[in-house]
Amino acid sequence: MDLRELYQEVILDHGRHPRNHRFPEPHNREARGYNPLCGDKITLRLQLDGDKITDIGFIGQGCAISQASCSTMTEAIKGKTLPEVQALFSKFHTMVTSDEGADDLDALGKLAVFAGVREFPMRVKCATLGWHTLNQALGDESGEATTE
Amino acid sequence: MTDASPIAASSPAAFDVQRVREDFPALHQDVHGKPLVYLDSAATSLKPQSVIDAVTEVYARDCANIHRAVHLLSQRATARFEEAREKVRAFVNAAKKSEVVFTRGTTEAINLVAHSWGRAHLREGDEVLVTELEHHSNIVPWQILCQQTGATLVVVPMTDRGEVLREAFEEQLTERTRFVAMAHVSNALGSVLPVAELIALAHDRGAVVLLDGAQAMSHVDVDVQALGVDFYAFSGHKLYGPSGIGALYGKEKLLEGMPPYQGGGDMIRSVTFEETLYNELPYKFEAGTPNIAGAIGLGAAIDYFASFDIQAVHAHENAVLRYATDAFEAVPGVRLIGTAPGKVAVLSFLMDAAHPHDIGTIVDSEGVAIRTGHHCAQPVMEHFEIAATARASLGIYNTTDDIDALVGALRKVQELFG
Repeated sequence: MDLRELYQEVILDHGRHPRNHRFPEPHNREARGYNPLCGDKITLRLQLDGDKITDIGFIGQGCAISQASCSTMTEAIKGKTLPEVQALFSKFHTMVTSDEGADDLDALGKLAVFAGVREFPMRVKCATLGWHTLNQALGDESGEATTE
Repeated sequence: MTDASPIAASSPAAFDVQRVREDFPALHQDVHGKPLVYLDSAATSLKPQSVIDAVTEVYARDCANIHRAVHLLSQRATARFEEAREKVRAFVNAAKKSEVVFTRGTTEAINLVAHSWGRAHLREGDEVLVTELEHHSNIVPWQILCQQTGATLVVVPMTDRGEVLREAFEEQLTERTRFVAMAHVSNALGSVLPVAELIALAHDRGAVVLLDGAQAMSHVDVDVQALGVDFYAFSGHKLYGPSGIGALYGKEKLLEGMPPYQGGGDMIRSVTFEETLYNELPYKFEAGTPNIAGAIGLGAAIDYFASFDIQAVHAHENAVLRYATDAFEAVPGVRLIGTAPGKVAVLSFLMDAAHPHDIGTIVDSEGVAIRTGHHCAQPVMEHFEIAATARASLGIYNTTDDIDALVGALRKVQELFG
């Protein structure tokens, strides 16, 4: 088990200085995410124009993995369409939960730094909190996403 | 002890932690290629070989149901099960064996009282007192009870050091207080509540008192008669015993007046479709086949623990705790949460550099097992306006070397995150 595989520089950097750590205005979607296991909490707001996410931001507190994952996610999906976002989430989820996604790392760009998470099953929920919250925000109704 | 020197013979405080460590097989393993340093005994303690053997022997030899058959195996199992009850009685100094009810653990014991005593006695306008530092299992059953009966849950606040003070307690205690449920020792902070004093105050007002002893049994003296407490709940697995077994002590007079908690076998004297006569204490509260091996394992755990000079065990743990507290103060950017004078066995802490969850993962990679999270005490986290802490907690087998390993691992955290 190599800790540097988990805590890569990009993750440490985004954990310390999360990007898009603000609420965008205007916004028309919001969801809250909560991980009852460790108490990580985020509130995600975004502006969906047609099927494109034109702006997104979040405020939250939590471990380096959850905050960095949220931060890199907002960077990765800003300007993307819903089908593109769904494809990205699917690849990301596969990457952090199984070895099958390993071939697809290029398609994930910066998000590939989270590949090390799959060696730490107790931390998968940290890495996916932001994504589950995003899914919630993009669903029919805003509400609270939980990792449980 | 083989050492017959006068010093050893005249020194009951001699406590050989290295010998104790030999009794715990789980300590002797590597995790992530490093020797295990177990600092999570507040979550569950490791088990000595004698407990493991006792449980194994039940299944390998005395495997039978209890209080039923006339065959020899059942006789042996029944005798050992009831011996275990006697060991619990003696350990907490209950007056009678019939005041000891086996349960799945502390949580079930508390739920038993909330369900059985609470529903029979509480009415709208009554108040149930808990403290701010309770574990969820000593909050939620009372919340449910209050919803069902119209009673009100009242919370005694704690100080910023994690203490429950007499004055704060008295302030919340009223003529309407019918029941008080509080921890003997806080699981998240290690604070020891001044329970004898608080119980006396509650009794002066005519309130009935339950203590959650989950975190107390292995770290402070428990004498239910000296405390005068009405109910005392605890778990075996935090006392070096198996999981899935615990006990409720209840004063006979109170238990007698309470309706059964669950219906089933063993808790009855006779059953017809018109009427059921309940069994005597404590069986009235032990419906169904109990955790026989667990109870016998708990008996073995009490035998093991009581084989030591318990004051010497406490002194050893307190010395390690003091060492740890000093060592933590020397690490920059570490802040202790919970600094009540006289606290035991628990170091809850935060680091400037990293979130508790990250601390947990990094120290785990160094072989050090600690707990991270809210410790099932979210109101405590709310008090300190934090989401979680990292928590190192001690058992009979921990040494200052373990603390050195933890502090070394915390320096790793700082290297990575600093």
